[in-house]
Amino acid sequence: MSSDSILSVDRLTMRFGGIIAVNDLSFAAERRKITALIGPNGAGKTTVFNCITGFYRASSGTMRLTHDSGKQIQLERLNDFRISKQAKVARTFQNIRLFPGMTALENLMVAQHNALMLASGLTFLGLIGAPSWRSAENRAIDQARLWLDRIGLLERADDAAGNLPYGDQRRLEIARAMCTEPALLCLDEPAAGLNTRESAALSELLFSIRADHGASILLIEHDMSVVMEISDHVVVMDYGMKIAEGSPQDVRDDPKVIAAYLGADEQEAIAVMESGT
Amino acid sequence: MSAPAPEPAAASSGLDAAYIFKKSLISALVALVLFSLMIGIRTEAGPTGQLVYWTRFGDLALMVAGVFGGSILIELLRRWWGPVTVTRVVPASVQTGLALARRAIAPLLLIFTVLVPVIFYDQRYILDLGILVLTYVMLGWGLNVVVGLAGLLDLGYVAFYAVGAYSYALLATNFGLSFWICLPLAGILAALWGVMLGFPVLRLRGDYLAIVTLAFGEIIRLVIINWQSLTGGPNGVSGIPRPTLFGIPLTPGDNGLAAKLGIEFSPTHRIVFLFYLILGLALLTNWVTIRLRRLPIGRAWEALREDEVACRALGINTTTTKLTAFATGAMFGGFAGAFFATRQGFISPESFTFQESALVLAIVVLGGMGSQLGVALAALTMIGGFELFRGLDQYRMLVFGFAMVLLMIWRPRGLIGHRAPTVFLKHSHAISSDLVKEGHG
Repeated sequence: MSSDSILSVDRLTMRFGGIIAVNDLSFAAERRKITALIGPNGAGKTTVFNCITGFYRASSGTMRLTHDSGKQIQLERLNDFRISKQAKVARTFQNIRLFPGMTALENLMVAQHNALMLASGLTFLGLIGAPSWRSAENRAIDQARLWLDRIGLLERADDAAGNLPYGDQRRLEIARAMCTEPALLCLDEPAAGLNTRESAALSELLFSIRADHGASILLIEHDMSVVMEISDHVVVMDYGMKIAEGSPQDVRDDPKVIAAYLGADEQEAIAVMESGT
Repeated sequence: MSAPAPEPAAASSGLDAAYIFKKSLISALVALVLFSLMIGIRTEAGPTGQLVYWTRFGDLALMVAGVFGGSILIELLRRWWGPVTVTRVVPASVQTGLALARRAIAPLLLIFTVLVPVIFYDQRYILDLGILVLTYVMLGWGLNVVVGLAGLLDLGYVAFYAVGAYSYALLATNFGLSFWICLPLAGILAALWGVMLGFPVLRLRGDYLAIVTLAFGEIIRLVIINWQSLTGGPNGVSGIPRPTLFGIPLTPGDNGLAAKLGIEFSPTHRIVFLFYLILGLALLTNWVTIRLRRLPIGRAWEALREDEVACRALGINTTTTKLTAFATGAMFGGFAGAFFATRQGFISPESFTFQESALVLAIVVLGGMGSQLGVALAALTMIGGFELFRGLDQYRMLVFGFAMVLLMIWRPRGLIGHRAPTVFLKHSHAISSDLVKEGHG
């Protein structure tokens, strides 16, 4: 395992009753790289995500996160909101989970909650309208405006998030996750349901996140063209186990991977092969 | 509309007539089954204790016919007024005029409220009613924080009202503390109980949360009834001191306010003072809530109502967020309770039954969850309407229930159904209630 990995998952196992969803999985995500976690449906990818982001408590195994400062955090010891707050791991969801009744801008403001809570003096300074709070609020709005501009939604900042087109909602959810200023961004099928133009825009957004914000990205994806285009490292899972790992080219030519996809779903296997040509 | 439109419309209206007829017939049948025993047969104990009964089929027929006719009428009204598919052609100028009028409601209502004691100075009844309405406005605004913003269904809100009232009553009668010292104490104590309630219910959602909060409201009431040595049990606490204007009592004596101002004493002074006191407290509640909505904590409450899982993924501590919502709502309930105690001069557990919780919750739901103006309008409608129908005696609840059913048909998301954003870059568009979630507890 590389010494400069931001996340190293070691022998992660997750059991639900008698079902082993993730079995003895080890992999590492490198700093400022895009790591993709792929595999057929039901391979356990989302379970891995839920363990990393604290929604599930892993049955066994360790997940070590190393910040830029060198500080190490064992993710399996944190839970719930602390993963995001202390370990700086942000995530998006397979089925988009925005706050539909709040505007795009408000969604991005909620994401800056912890920083703003401190700035508002745990609400008391904010209640009396202290100048320090006002400037902090303006900075937060500027930050949100910056992200809205980057995802091309500045014009729709004051529209309800639930009213935005699907592709815009996907990008808004990524922007919202980025507003928590994460060290590791976990994306659960970010390209699902996007058309070609939208997924090209998504790739561009992810590249710019990696380049400009120094964030490392871990993503689950079904869309092989996206995976092949943007990822630096690919981990392939099947039946809860890692079956291959390496650069996109290596993985694509791996017979085990092709077999897994062929066995699982013909169309996906064809997609894997075609994306290489 | 283009030319071919009338044809399908005529066909569907023919279908509609049959549908309405069928629906009304079913309603009439249900009424027949229900009323045949309730109205059709009248039983009484005879002079020697035996059962005497006689039939009233005429009344029964009248009731069933009434249900049949009424059902047709309601269905027709719904067709005419309800959500129809045709676009309503309203000139843009009229629409902007209406929007302006809507914006003017809140300031006009406030100005009118401030002037009420001046206009109705001689009418004690109206002043008392005004105080009652304002008390419920304040309770509604307080509960709105918990139910409307944070989306936590609280059926035991009256518990905090009771805690506030008893805090003031006991502190004032036992230690002789003044109203102005007791008011914040009552708020703090109620907030404390809000947190105590919050802890066990944190993991509960939806129906379960509602049941536990309901139980909590009953527990507080039962403790008050049974803890005789402290609360006086069912006898309540009497002789609660009246509020003073910063130490100056509103009494006819030499050191009273009237004597100090050199005007003739009138008992109305106290009523007017109470009116402005509760108005001030209610406006404080409103101001704080509006401020809180624009602060991170308020946004977190609304985000919690929208999607709790997403909140956790964004690093928001849902535990403390829920607890602060409970505590804030409870604090306002406590203030209102302290005011209630000082206004009545006497409190007993009978004032804090589940009916009060239900009434306040109905005000919040009717007003449109989360809307401050909506809650104020709903309190005015509910409490004012209740008084308005007083002349109808035993039919009052019936008329009232009917009015609520009608309102729920035409405005299912409350009087003010849309949500105003807390922050905006260019324009603040109201968000349609279809998108805003109600929360899952």
